[in-house]
Amino acid sequence: MLVKVFVSPRKGILDPQGRAVAQSLKSLGFDGVGRVNIGRYIVLELDTSDAEQARTIVRRMCDQLLTNPNIEDYTFEIAAARDESPEDQSR
Amino acid sequence: MRWGVVRFPGSLDDSDALWALGHVMGQEARALWHKDEDLGDVQCVVLPGGFSYGDYLRCGAIARFAPIMKSVVRFADAGGLVLGICNGFQILCEAHLLPGALMRNRSLSFICEQVHVRVENAATPFTCAARQGEVLRLPIKHGEGLYVAPEDELRTMEERGQILLRYTDDSGRECDEANLNGSTCAIAGVANETFNVFGLMPHPEHAVETALGGEDGLKIFRSIAMSVEGKRTGASTAGISSTTA
Repeated sequence: MLVKVFVSPRKGILDPQGRAVAQSLKSLGFDGVGRVNIGRYIVLELDTSDAEQARTIVRRMCDQLLTNPNIEDYTFEIAAARDESPEDQSR
Repeated sequence: MRWGVVRFPGSLDDSDALWALGHVMGQEARALWHKDEDLGDVQCVVLPGGFSYGDYLRCGAIARFAPIMKSVVRFADAGGLVLGICNGFQILCEAHLLPGALMRNRSLSFICEQVHVRVENAATPFTCAARQGEVLRLPIKHGEGLYVAPEDELRTMEERGQILLRYTDDSGRECDEANLNGSTCAIAGVANETFNVFGLMPHPEHAVETALGGEDGLKIFRSIAMSVEGKRTGASTAGISSTTA
């Protein structure tokens, strides 16, 4: 089972990288840019084929190690190994 | 007193901390290995600066799960004194021994500078050798030292006096230019609710000899020694700490 985890800076928390990139984009002439947030994309391979079990495991992984709940939010997608279309798994 | 300095893979300032404590201060200081769980009979644990476990994922996120950290958490829960410097501060936040987190500097650049910090609460085991409001000159060297915490938590920390150090100019005045990394409320160092765990981004162990640019860092280590040795001889911490400037 393939899991894609998207980690983003928590809303309302300062995002120095996002802010710097927004400024750079503006200076390049991209005027229509609002907020920019920069996060992290993690791909995990799990040796389970049970989506419910995978969700439970990934949430525990996110809470313990993959994210810092003080400053980050996450969502994840589970893509079953058998080429099924990925389903969105918001927290 | 007896100090233990934890050595993680990627620690850099462990030797300087041992030098500052052992050679400069004449204390009994030993290295503690990250894979061990035994802290021995140390009276203060120091988590040094560096890039533990390569700082992969987030600074301190992996070091937090090192075998020795279980013992450090137990030690802290039992009231033992824990000092986290730079990467050590990041590890303490990740381990939930301190509130908040440290993010990329506002400038996104690594900063290596001498800075000034004001002692905001001199009635703690980590600051009692300094005066309230005293300005210390210490070096910083980090890429991720921007302190953040939820607003309500910051308010509570402020009320309880958990913010021990703030970035200021050399006269002790708070200003944006003195807050090089862009920390929330110019916070440079915080303690936990019970004032036995302290984390700071500046490096006291690099400021212990005038030949190396100053010795204000000794105030932090002397505070700890005073509070531990004071306890042993029965003197109260309040009696040792100097009060308002």
